[in-house]
Amino acid sequence: MNRIDQRFSELKQQGRRALIPFITAGDPAPRYTVGFMHALVEAGADVIELGVPFSDPMADGPVIQKACERALAAGTRLVDLLDMVAEFRRTDSATPVVLMGYLNPIERIGYEAFARRAAEVGVDGVLTVDMPPEEADELAPLLKANGVAAIFLVAPTTSRQRAAAICAQGDGYLYYVSLKGVTGSATLNAEDVAEHLAPLRELTDLPLCVGFGIRDGATAAEVARVADGVIAGSALVNRIADNATTPEAVPGALKAVLGDMRRAMDAATAPDLADAPR
Amino acid sequence: MPDARGRFGPYGGRFVSETLSFALEDLEEIYASLRDDPAFQAEFDHDLTHYVGRPSPLYHAERWSNALGGAQIWLKREDLNHTGAHKVNNTIGQALLAKKSGKPRVIAETGAGQHGVATATVAARLGLECDVYMGATDVERQKLNVYRMRLLGARVIPVESGTRTLKDAMNEALRDWVTNVDDTFYIIGTVAGPHPYPLLVRDFNAVVGREARRQSLEQIGRLPDALVACVGGGSNALGLFYPFVEDEGVAMYGVEAGGDGVATGRHAAPLSSGAPRGVLHGNRTYLMSDDAGQVADTHSISAGLDYPGVGPEHALWKDVGRVNYVAANDDAVLEAFRELTHMEGIMPALESAHALAQAKVMAPTMRPDQHIVVNLSGRGDKDIMTVAKLDGIEF
Repeated sequence: MNRIDQRFSELKQQGRRALIPFITAGDPAPRYTVGFMHALVEAGADVIELGVPFSDPMADGPVIQKACERALAAGTRLVDLLDMVAEFRRTDSATPVVLMGYLNPIERIGYEAFARRAAEVGVDGVLTVDMPPEEADELAPLLKANGVAAIFLVAPTTSRQRAAAICAQGDGYLYYVSLKGVTGSATLNAEDVAEHLAPLRELTDLPLCVGFGIRDGATAAEVARVADGVIAGSALVNRIADNATTPEAVPGALKAVLGDMRRAMDAATAPDLADAPR
Repeated sequence: MPDARGRFGPYGGRFVSETLSFALEDLEEIYASLRDDPAFQAEFDHDLTHYVGRPSPLYHAERWSNALGGAQIWLKREDLNHTGAHKVNNTIGQALLAKKSGKPRVIAETGAGQHGVATATVAARLGLECDVYMGATDVERQKLNVYRMRLLGARVIPVESGTRTLKDAMNEALRDWVTNVDDTFYIIGTVAGPHPYPLLVRDFNAVVGREARRQSLEQIGRLPDALVACVGGGSNALGLFYPFVEDEGVAMYGVEAGGDGVATGRHAAPLSSGAPRGVLHGNRTYLMSDDAGQVADTHSISAGLDYPGVGPEHALWKDVGRVNYVAANDDAVLEAFRELTHMEGIMPALESAHALAQAKVMAPTMRPDQHIVVNLSGRGDKDIMTVAKLDGIEF
């Protein structure tokens, strides 16, 4: 069983929601990333989304774009990310890792080589922002053949017909983009999110995870009431940006933000478990 | 024609984030219903005639031809269009689509500012709100066009990210579109981007080639031996070439921005430098990127060609060998710019001067009874500051 499916099945049994932090790998430099990942797990991460830095992150806002620029300036390449995951796996064999980014770096490595190597190092899922299901017929089957989930986005603008096709092809979880816009933009509206998730529930058993606009414990808790998972990116990447020149302070800063989200989410969904050790 | 997925052979497609898929499906549907609609085409033609001033002349550059001592050079005068470039053909077409879509706001990206000016112009005419994204470097080197856009009522938004040029302007426009997709129509300026843009931009510019073909038959008495046009994204080239594609006797040359020279790496010539395939801005095409898949920095004296990719249909024409893709270096471009200005009294855009530089290379190798049609895609007023700076002149 893929680590993602395993994790969601455990969470379901516990009546808890997944907390999914996103950080850009290699930000501020490649040597720090694995340490950051462990810090995220200690603060209660269920799945880690590791951003693959790209020169032209069209779907991201300024926070993630600057993170990409810092990571690229420090020489981060997709092959380095794969090495990071291998290193992370030496001490953590349980936490699912999802790579999130754009298609071009994957194209340069080659789909087949990438899918094989990703599986080898312990990557559990891949989300390619600029690869909607219509364009996924080459990469997605190769990922699946290697036991790596191809994760897709669903947006507020997605028609029911498209949503059905995405649900049929999707794997791991569905990433619901909570608002029109780029990462780090306006605050989400939990009621609106709930309205959009309801019809998706009829289409699929895949866990529905919500990203874009999760800023703090309060927004994480609101979303946790209606979704299976909460994805937080810009709020964490901001902490890395604040401490870019003192990277040793980053793990503590990440833990503070993510720990707040964890406690708020658990309190919102399963009060009896809120303070229990995990 | 692209296939059902918007692909030209292995190129093209629709590589966008999910939020935009519905808008592109909408646009595809609207365009499919209008493409062969006589009423829509009549409205488009009417605007081209009475607002743009078409047809543009096919002018025999006799003095320059004689000086070069070879083939006869003919200039398709897109520089005489309203707003001074071929760009207006496409913005007129897309503005009509925006009107049919009922969207009150348009956005655009621009490099040299020609597409931005053309978009601001149609927006002014139709009373649409208009925001234009432009790399901060280009805002600096194209001040005149920035001011023109502002006079027309558009907001020009300088983009500070990345290389601060055309590709970054396109990233920013896509971000805006994702955010405001309900009420905003994105007028893409070239034959790139996600399907159906490469198709509709080509269709709207094909009027150039249709006219040039008819005019050649009338004025030369036969089809020309060669067509030459500059290629950044490639909209003026595709517009000229497309109606000639079946005419096997007509050779075609797409001229990319060689910058300091293709061998130096400081250029914007994905096709002629043999850049690998890649995915950027919604389509798969030849793309200048490094071994790790990061999009490369580009360089060109001409802001309008300073782009690391190229329209997907050009990528296909390169592979099948129908069009020859070559590069002209900045030096040769400036020389051609000065020569045409002196010998014909026509000041070309630096973009168009790339095509002229290639004609200057080809003509002497051909006979005086042979004919080259060069697409003079735009006028050079906007580039006077760039050239003046090289001449050490300050205004």
